[in-house]
Amino acid sequence: METILEEIQSTGTFKSGDRPNANALEHEAIYIMREVAAQFERPVLLFSGGKDSITLVRLAQKAFWPAKIPFPLMHIDTGHNFPETIEFRDKLVKELGVELIVRNVQDSIDQGKVVEETGKYASRNILQTTTLLDAIEEFKFDACIGGARRDEEKARAKERIFSVRDDFGQWDEKNQRPELFDMLNGQIEMGQNVRVFPISNWTELDVWSYIQKENIEIPSIYFAHKRNTFLRDGLIWSAEDDVVFRAEDETVEERMVRFRTVGDMSCTAAVESYADTIDKVVSEIRDSKISERGARIDDKRSEAAMEKRKQQGYF
Amino acid sequence: MEVLKIATAGSVDDGKSTLIGRLLYDTKSLTDDKLEAIEKTSKLKGYDYLDFSLATDGLVAEREQGITIDVAHIYFSTASKSYIIADTPGHVEYTRNMVTGASTSQAAIILIDARKGVIEQTNRHFFINNLLRVKDVVVAINKMDLVDFSEERYNEIKSDFEQLMQKRDYEDQKITFIPVSALKGDNVVNHSENTPWYDGQTLLEHLEELDLQDIYNIGTPRFPVQYVIRPKTDDFHDFRGFAGKVYGGELSVGDEVVILPSMTKSRIKGIYFYDKKYKTAPRRSSVTITLEDEVNVSRGDMLAKVGDLPTIDKQFTATVSWMDSEKLTAGGKYIVQHGINKVLAKVDSIEHKILPDYSGIEEGVTALGMNDIARVKFRLNRPIFYDAFKAHRTNGSFILLDTRTNNTAGVGFIN
Repeated sequence: METILEEIQSTGTFKSGDRPNANALEHEAIYIMREVAAQFERPVLLFSGGKDSITLVRLAQKAFWPAKIPFPLMHIDTGHNFPETIEFRDKLVKELGVELIVRNVQDSIDQGKVVEETGKYASRNILQTTTLLDAIEEFKFDACIGGARRDEEKARAKERIFSVRDDFGQWDEKNQRPELFDMLNGQIEMGQNVRVFPISNWTELDVWSYIQKENIEIPSIYFAHKRNTFLRDGLIWSAEDDVVFRAEDETVEERMVRFRTVGDMSCTAAVESYADTIDKVVSEIRDSKISERGARIDDKRSEAAMEKRKQQGYF
Repeated sequence: MEVLKIATAGSVDDGKSTLIGRLLYDTKSLTDDKLEAIEKTSKLKGYDYLDFSLATDGLVAEREQGITIDVAHIYFSTASKSYIIADTPGHVEYTRNMVTGASTSQAAIILIDARKGVIEQTNRHFFINNLLRVKDVVVAINKMDLVDFSEERYNEIKSDFEQLMQKRDYEDQKITFIPVSALKGDNVVNHSENTPWYDGQTLLEHLEELDLQDIYNIGTPRFPVQYVIRPKTDDFHDFRGFAGKVYGGELSVGDEVVILPSMTKSRIKGIYFYDKKYKTAPRRSSVTITLEDEVNVSRGDMLAKVGDLPTIDKQFTATVSWMDSEKLTAGGKYIVQHGINKVLAKVDSIEHKILPDYSGIEEGVTALGMNDIARVKFRLNRPIFYDAFKAHRTNGSFILLDTRTNNTAGVGFIN
């Protein structure tokens, strides 16, 4: 047996015992996970297959070990996911032995609840809000854990750790509960639900460093690989799937790329990169001059793109 | 990497957002695409300088009105530390937001406009940071460029502020004065050539040197049980672990502990963090503890070391900062959330209002409105296990929930 102190000293975080540091973020997130399990009757972890939700899964494992994660995972599948992500998701769920719920945006389209966008920038990103809200109602979830971080985007910088949504799933950004010290107020009315963000205070680099330190497996598209791509608006798009609209004059070229975020194929651009290992990815992020969401066309629709989507119930 | 949380305080137009923007810019924390967006918007608005507040004001209404409405969190890091800055707005809901920001911060920056000097608002900013026992406070005397970088003006403001300091309750608070121009960048990250008379540190140098070991208030160990872990699997058939976060001090295997409120004694058998066992759980670690004896422990119970118990009582007096538009009234019923423990509470009496600008107290008050601070006496329907806020920042604070709206309506610091 060794002390946490010793272990932490040897790994270089938590110097000389008590100091809060990057590891403090992990302890904070675990505390939040436990509050969710204790304060709510039907929590769910929203799993997209991206690095942030994969990190959440590891934190949930740590929070409840040696017991299993006491809530299911749910994936809102736009049908436009990278195939690598879906493969990864199914493998992870099998290892964890937890329940996976999948709800499809395609079903919402077929039911006539939402209409597919058309044109050059067509995406199912906004459509998934309807599918998500329907699923929350179907399963009567009262808490949805998500991997949003405050450093990602400036409307997200205003988000609480426990963020209350009304019966319509709406976010009232001007009337949020103050959060003091460590205390989380999860008291809600029937029909309301809470969005929970355990890694609110993490930066992109914190997440990558954690994945590196913990040796967490992530989908292969996060690492540099050869891919057929084309250029539009200065961004690199995958030309390997039909869901990404490509005009005839947009020529296909093979490039060495990786993805920094894993949203839908239709709204996530790649970055040129040779970082094919986690160590190289971490140093690339450290030196990066472009923000993470700089390659997300869904944020570029307007200065308030994220705020508007969040008010409607998006994550 | 160490994480330092900082609260900012300043009145409207004192340049808080600009100061934060400057910190981001000079530490090269703004990425090209964000910088481009700021340049573009500044130009569109016809400014001949970069409007850094655009980097932090995240809501549409804020950008429209050019003010910060809600607390925003801004992140940047240097080689030695990660910083989280709570940008708190300086208008109507000011006290509420300021208290919120300060509650999770270990350091604070109070901004003063060098042209205006110490104003009534400054008293409030200082009062709140002192009330919340924020350990390190930087007084940034800003807009020095608009007073010709005058040493005399700087000293004048400094001495006015020092007078204010004599009224403070929390005397161990460390206070540092720095002359800056957030807009032009003087003494924020880089030393200024315009203030040859100032030989102190720049703002960033000061923050970089803060010892995080020292900055957390140390108390006695308290372990509120959040969740009971019972895996009931073949491998862990009899495992009963108590999950929670350690506050104030550390706990070790073999420590003799008392379980509150049952007052049962036991000994710590194991400390787990994920799938490893440890001897000691340091302050602020989220661990799982097992006990030697088969004792009854559930969520809301607390482990404390034998001989080092908190106060166990159904009544207490606290300094309350009210945050709701619905008034707090004498005789009113609320839920007290003390850590993770929720109990019903009744306001026994409002002893007096405390004017948050050091101008004294107001007696004969029957109700509290938003932003009011007062000494309030509570009665609970069952005992909680608390310490005085002075002795224990975590175990000495609580929030008040409105029983009808469920809103977090106020926060209290137990006397």
